[in-house]
Amino acid sequence: MSARLPTGGRLLDRSQPLDFTFDGKRLHGYAGDTLASALLGQGQMLLGRSFKYHQPRGLVASGAEEPNALVGLGEGAFFEPNQRATAAELHAGLTATSQNHWPSLEHDVGAVNSALTRFLPAGFYYKTFLWPRSFWKHVYEPFIRQSAGLGKPPQEADGSTYEHFHVHVDLVIVGGGISGLAAALTAGREGREVLLIEQTAHWGGRAVVDAPQIDGQSAEDWVKSALQELETMANVRMRTRTMASGLYDHGYLMAYERVSDHAPATPGPRHRLWRIRAEETRLATGALERPLSFAGNDVPGVMLASAVRDYLVNWAISPGDRTVVVTNNDDAYRTALALYRAGLAVPVIVDARPQVTGALPQAARDAGIRVEPGRAIVKVDGKKRVTGVEIGLQLGEGGAMEHIACDAVAMSGGWSPAVHLWSHCGGKLTWDEAQALFRPDASRPPRGDKGQPIASVTGTANGHLGTAAALADAGLELDVSEPAEEPMAPVWIMPQGAGPALKRKMFLDYQNDVKVSDVELAAREGYESVEHAKRYTTLGMATDQGKLSNINGLAVLSGALNAAIPATGTTTFRPPYTPISMGSIAGAARGPLFQPVRRTPIHGWHEANGATWEPVGQWRRPYAYLKGAEDRHTAVTREVQAVRNSVGLLDASTLGKIVVKGPDAGRFLDMIYTGRPSSIAVGKCRYGLICNENGFLVDDGVVARLAEDTWLCHTTTGGAEHIHAHMEDWLQCEWWDWQVYTANVTEEWAQVAVAGPKARAVLESLGGMDVSKAALPFMTWAEGELGGLPARVFRISFSGELSYEIAVPADRGMELWEALLQAGAAHGVTPYGTEAMHVLRAEKGFIMIGEETDGTIIPQDLNLGWAIAKKKEDYLGKRAQERPHMADPKRWKLVGLEADGGAVLPEGAYIMAPGENANGQRHTQGRVTSTYYSPTFGRGIAMALLIHGPDRMGEMVEVTDGQGGAITARVCDPVLYDREGERLDG
Amino acid sequence: MLILTCPCCGVTADETELAGGGEAHVRRAGPGASESEVEDYLFMRENPRGPHFERWRHAYGCGKWFLAARDTATLEVFGTYPAQTTEPPEHIRAAITERHPGWRWRDFS
Repeated sequence: MSARLPTGGRLLDRSQPLDFTFDGKRLHGYAGDTLASALLGQGQMLLGRSFKYHQPRGLVASGAEEPNALVGLGEGAFFEPNQRATAAELHAGLTATSQNHWPSLEHDVGAVNSALTRFLPAGFYYKTFLWPRSFWKHVYEPFIRQSAGLGKPPQEADGSTYEHFHVHVDLVIVGGGISGLAAALTAGREGREVLLIEQTAHWGGRAVVDAPQIDGQSAEDWVKSALQELETMANVRMRTRTMASGLYDHGYLMAYERVSDHAPATPGPRHRLWRIRAEETRLATGALERPLSFAGNDVPGVMLASAVRDYLVNWAISPGDRTVVVTNNDDAYRTALALYRAGLAVPVIVDARPQVTGALPQAARDAGIRVEPGRAIVKVDGKKRVTGVEIGLQLGEGGAMEHIACDAVAMSGGWSPAVHLWSHCGGKLTWDEAQALFRPDASRPPRGDKGQPIASVTGTANGHLGTAAALADAGLELDVSEPAEEPMAPVWIMPQGAGPALKRKMFLDYQNDVKVSDVELAAREGYESVEHAKRYTTLGMATDQGKLSNINGLAVLSGALNAAIPATGTTTFRPPYTPISMGSIAGAARGPLFQPVRRTPIHGWHEANGATWEPVGQWRRPYAYLKGAEDRHTAVTREVQAVRNSVGLLDASTLGKIVVKGPDAGRFLDMIYTGRPSSIAVGKCRYGLICNENGFLVDDGVVARLAEDTWLCHTTTGGAEHIHAHMEDWLQCEWWDWQVYTANVTEEWAQVAVAGPKARAVLESLGGMDVSKAALPFMTWAEGELGGLPARVFRISFSGELSYEIAVPADRGMELWEALLQAGAAHGVTPYGTEAMHVLRAEKGFIMIGEETDGTIIPQDLNLGWAIAKKKEDYLGKRAQERPHMADPKRWKLVGLEADGGAVLPEGAYIMAPGENANGQRHTQGRVTSTYYSPTFGRGIAMALLIHGPDRMGEMVEVTDGQGGAITARVCDPVLYDREGERLDG
Repeated sequence: MLILTCPCCGVTADETELAGGGEAHVRRAGPGASESEVEDYLFMRENPRGPHFERWRHAYGCGKWFLAARDTATLEVFGTYPAQTTEPPEHIRAAITERHPGWRWRDFS
């Protein structure tokens, strides 16, 4: 059983005991603990269940690489699943819950899966669950769903806040171990602007635990003095708890600062995302220890040797009374010696190397620790806890020669530099045969915009595992005293001749339960590429992204393929280095700040008068105004009737308004529009269509000629920005010699449509302008003063009624609205929303961009040939509209539909054709594009696209009802209201 | 995140400030063009591993379009230049040649 030792623990503050809970149990730790060390201190070794087999799992590591100890942290709005206990600093009241088990961590029903391991090999999804088909729904899927997934998602909206920092520095150094500190000292002394970040809460990395002598002092003291010097430098900034998550294109570095996870009551953001642009990025990210692959290497109590050392030195944790050390290198002897010095028993050091002669092994022998060279752990005994190990020959096949009772195993398979950031953006690796590790290849770095290297690596991360070499690599030549190490010997399978029974218990990826046998199976089944083998077995695909498993898995694959490790290659390292919160990515851009809401000058009035909103682009437009207890449908009906019978007001300020001006403006607009705006007389308006070069209709609106060289182009509400951009694209990139200027003036004007038979009367009572039929006929405009407001009055209509659109400067918009309400009061003037607008235009058969069009519709489909200047030599989309498919008479064309019994057809419904396709689905011959209840006609109306539509008037067709049945409808003219246009013209 | 310098306003901008606009130097095929010319114009694009010419717009800056020559594999930028050109300028071609002697891209080399 793990326990807290009565003394020691360099990070512990025993004067500050802290209470916390794990699965509802009250436990105790100290300030300076991580959740992991506190749990170990309380004897809690079993921390979770594995993903696939629900195997009992305990801590393996002490840092960011921990694969097993995932817990849920916090409660309610502050709950976060899948947090690594090793990275969670203990605070008073911390609440942790274990994951992936049912009903409890100790007794998990899913563990039956582990009895089935032989039947759940790599790729079992593809092999097991194919037949019978009906089993998917009732057997396989419920089973997979029950088994899958780690933590549960939070049930409440995130209660924390987050923010982004944008930072520009000369040099950013990632990693606050001695190499990072040395690099910061070197650069800081040169006066460079430096940012030094460290993912944990403490500086010094491994050196402060391993304790070499640096520059005549202890590593701890050297780190302290380095920090003191750095703190005096104004040009050096330092942050702990800040993890560099990814290095991206052109040297963009992202870092994730956990500002207050360790002190949740602190005001301010919980996490901060640093978006860093640095001249240079120096990676001092250290190295990660590799596990060894022996049977039972996943039993709780088997840990990395460096982790055992960390827990002991930093947090005074005894992993157990008797710890067997198993290694292929000298470094693990430090763990044995540390345990020995702490008064704990190390029954044996199992060393896979045939000869063990280094200084560290000698020190162990001098301390009376038994060292067994050439030996392997054949098998670990125990299920929820190590009870002993079987020892045999490393070169053997797994015959046990000796049983040794123990309650912990410290393993070391050597070290792998943390090359993730280097690799994120294309930096290449080279295989270091002597140390059996991949290290960055300085000749093939990730490159920036000028082809320059954007990152360099220093210290242990660069493959310099010794302290002196690491410091020298970082620019400081210092006297270092530490024992010399003999070469390690790569050991990928222990023992090397192990048979299938043992290999099925050798775990490579702890989180995803990938074993040596799975990788070998993948190789046998032809998944020879490392990327394929990874996906087939899910090796390295868990939340730890294979920090412990990748190199071992790769080596096993190489072994199975009989290829050299560098020839097999590595999988691609991808950001983030460790998971970061979604909140930090969003930063402040949440809720109302996610996207700005655009408001017209009249928005406030709408809000105060019952508007129910429809989002249109970033605008909010009133869908309808609810009066009293009205529902939306009733309100829309009332509004439509008011426009048809008297007069209505629509806030049309959101409609796009683009001014196009210049000597070549007419010629330019003739290219942009399918019609010929150059022929519009000053004072007149004309409806126009805009197509893209593929011929498809993208926008429409009324164009008014303001002056000889000036046009005002109205666009749809959602189209203003991209139509303006479309115009600019063609002006800047194709016709750059044409003298034309465009300006998007949408927000400079407030615009109100006054529509209905009483519209003229309302304007006349405002006074100031002659708005008679003679002075201002349909499709003309005039400028003047209306009711004391400077105004442009456009005689245009989207409702089919007598209608004026009045534009005034935006800051006078509210005045205009109120003046119109007052002037119209006598006629019962009625503000109407977008839905009434839609119904009115559909009754009149006017198309709507985004309803009748979907990016595949040409004007000819909508019978809008009249709006195309056919004799014009060229316009955007003209040539494309001549392509065979566009000119095909079988294209679906616009018609109206009248459903039997006056029903309202479902939106998007298909018009069915006889017969079925290869998938047993009915053939189609058209679809409904707009459908409404029409208050004017007292029944449903619809517009649709139908093959040969205009030639089929009066024909009956079948429309899908959305429930498997059909509704019969009659094909009719889409223009239902005022076909002669008398009201419009009135 | 790429960095490109807008040749119009001179600002060196992050990719978030820019909007990509596809391939550069596409020649418009209007009325009178053959079916295959239209097909080339509308649909056929280069997809090189190496030097490439692209359209970019400084969308959240000066609003102007410009062209960029960039290595799609290493992300090296050989230069940016005004959109009002029909072929890559000599200094851009020279910069590409320095890295990729004998390069070809459509009709340019």
